[in-house]
Amino acid sequence: MVQEPAIPLYEEVVDGFNKLLSGPTAAVAGPRAESNSLRRAREAAFGRFRERGFPSIKDEDWRYTQIARFLKDKYDLSGTFDQDQSALADKAEIPSLDSYRIVLVNGTWQRNASRGVPPSGLLLLTTAEAKQDPVFAHYFEQRTGDHHFTALNAALFTDGIFIRVDANAVPDRPLHIVHVYTADRNLLVQPRHVVIVNRNAALTVIESVVSGSPPDGPRILVNSVAEIMVEQDAQLEHILIQTAGQSTRLIQHTTVRQKRQSLYNNFTVTLPGSELVRNELHVRMEEEYSESHLYGLYLTGGRQLVDNHTLVDHQKPSCQSNELYKGVLLDQSTGIFNGKIYVHKDAQKTNAFQQNNNLVIGDKATIDSKPQLEIFADDVKCSHGSTVGQFSEEALFYLRSRGIGEQTAKGLLINAFAFDVTEKIRTPALRSHINHLIGDHIPAVNS
Amino acid sequence: MLIIKNLHAEVEEKEILKGIDLSVNAGEVHAIMGPNGSGKSSLASVLAGRKNFHVTRGEVIFKGKNLLDSAPEDRAREGLFLAFQYPMEIPGVSNINFLKTAIAEIRAHRNLPPLEAKEFLRMSREKQKLVEFDAQLVNRSLNEGFSGGEKKRNEIFQLAMLEPELAILDETDSGLDIDALRIVSKGVNKLRSDKNAFIIITHYQRLLEYIVPDYVHVLYDGRIVKSGTKELAMELEEKGYDWLKEEARGKETRERATI
Repeated sequence: MVQEPAIPLYEEVVDGFNKLLSGPTAAVAGPRAESNSLRRAREAAFGRFRERGFPSIKDEDWRYTQIARFLKDKYDLSGTFDQDQSALADKAEIPSLDSYRIVLVNGTWQRNASRGVPPSGLLLLTTAEAKQDPVFAHYFEQRTGDHHFTALNAALFTDGIFIRVDANAVPDRPLHIVHVYTADRNLLVQPRHVVIVNRNAALTVIESVVSGSPPDGPRILVNSVAEIMVEQDAQLEHILIQTAGQSTRLIQHTTVRQKRQSLYNNFTVTLPGSELVRNELHVRMEEEYSESHLYGLYLTGGRQLVDNHTLVDHQKPSCQSNELYKGVLLDQSTGIFNGKIYVHKDAQKTNAFQQNNNLVIGDKATIDSKPQLEIFADDVKCSHGSTVGQFSEEALFYLRSRGIGEQTAKGLLINAFAFDVTEKIRTPALRSHINHLIGDHIPAVNS
Repeated sequence: MLIIKNLHAEVEEKEILKGIDLSVNAGEVHAIMGPNGSGKSSLASVLAGRKNFHVTRGEVIFKGKNLLDSAPEDRAREGLFLAFQYPMEIPGVSNINFLKTAIAEIRAHRNLPPLEAKEFLRMSREKQKLVEFDAQLVNRSLNEGFSGGEKKRNEIFQLAMLEPELAILDETDSGLDIDALRIVSKGVNKLRSDKNAFIIITHYQRLLEYIVPDYVHVLYDGRIVKSGTKELAMELEEKGYDWLKEEARGKETRERATI
């Protein structure tokens, strides 16, 4: 499909890509020239992007997510700051959490802003460094799925973080990655991250997304791609907390590849702020006996559009997946949940469960919930469910009849609704942090 | 404390209370009895401020103020309590946090300083003992997975914690076995004082053997058709409600005849 000329960003990325190709321009490609094979990968990816262009509502996966209005602005493809912006990371402070914290500003690791002692067994590099390393280069050259934005990222990614946990290593504290996005003019940022948890290793990664620009300030479009490898017998607990401000537009694509008997747990928590959030989470269970739990909580406000697309891809037998996404929709916000479970013909003895529950509170709030099960094996246990509801009048009356005001009662019920997800968070400091974040958006809940 | 005058109310345009008059003073226990569908629980709902119950005529004065104008939470903050016939299960709201929140809001309404955590804990322990309420239930989600008896006992525990001036017990005895009934009654009897009052709504006389009322009223077809003392309850137990129904119908016929 040839892109309709209505999207100026299309011209800009074409222009940006041509500049990238015409020489090792430091602004986009980093200080060192890239290998020929990475160049070829970028070219191929850009070719795929040109074929597809930006998505429109004609694409099934974007039917409910009208993205065109977010692409109309003029964005710069590179932006560097004279001043250090890493202080903005304090917005992501998680009280009484013992972690090793690192800060990325617009995708670039600010080493001076790290805090705590780096746990042993953990290797951290910038993507700019890792892609130049012959051992790691291949992670940046392989195809990342044939999606509009992943192809664009593969062609034009700049920096990001590269994380590797040694085999058998179990770092004694979580790695807290704070992503700061901030700009003094409209900016397109395309970070690329890689996480490798080697055999029999275990890691907890907490990612916080915060921003600096004021609500009516310059727009930042983030097109981020992460690839995660969870090797045999390895475990990864992955928590994503999105609290960035209104001027951010987040498009995030995460692919998880699981090997034999590995465990991957994901929590995706989105709060009012970013005017666009599109989380694309793909979990590929490539070997037997792997297990995955995906929990999502989206509390949307204002005119926010929050879209969670998940894919659980059961490729091999005897794997288990369990997915629970809960949404609370305030004001005039829009939520989208699209959860796909794909069970391949080979994947016998699969257990795959999915549940999406929504509480629609705003008079003008909407939710589109779409479970999708495609099952080609015959000996499996799969289920899905989707609900959309409002406050229970009886429950509200019960609380009010004990002297609890209507607002507080609603707050208690919202917290109770979210509880099924929050109770699954094992780190107490993190759980209470998330409860507070929820409370911040519901007056009179923090008691 | 409570004065109900000629109270008429309807639900979905169906008249369910057809002129109730009742006065309750501090220190008194009133029992309201009556056959199914006579309006007993509707009266409780109207007093507590449940949605969908519309008062069409009459008034209710609680502690000198018009009760019907205020929101359910304000009625509770002023000292009214309804023990529900069917208490809600609310997963995710812990019993104890629920009570903490309720007490905090009630105290704020009365311009009292917040209760200190230690004091709250002491009080909670004391009242648990008083109503023989299992400490483990206190920390669970509100009524979630509780047995019928546990739910009713939780209502009495909440009553004990909130210390209302007027408590309405809506068929608290229904679904209780004899042991639970005894425990609930014991709790209520311990909470009785000359400063508070109880309205006990019940279908059977059984509960009134444990909680001895000062007055007994019989509600039939949206009206109080007979009032008396505890002896009336015993008479009802013996003779059933039919004689009263007939009496009421007879009275109605006579009234119509005089018109």
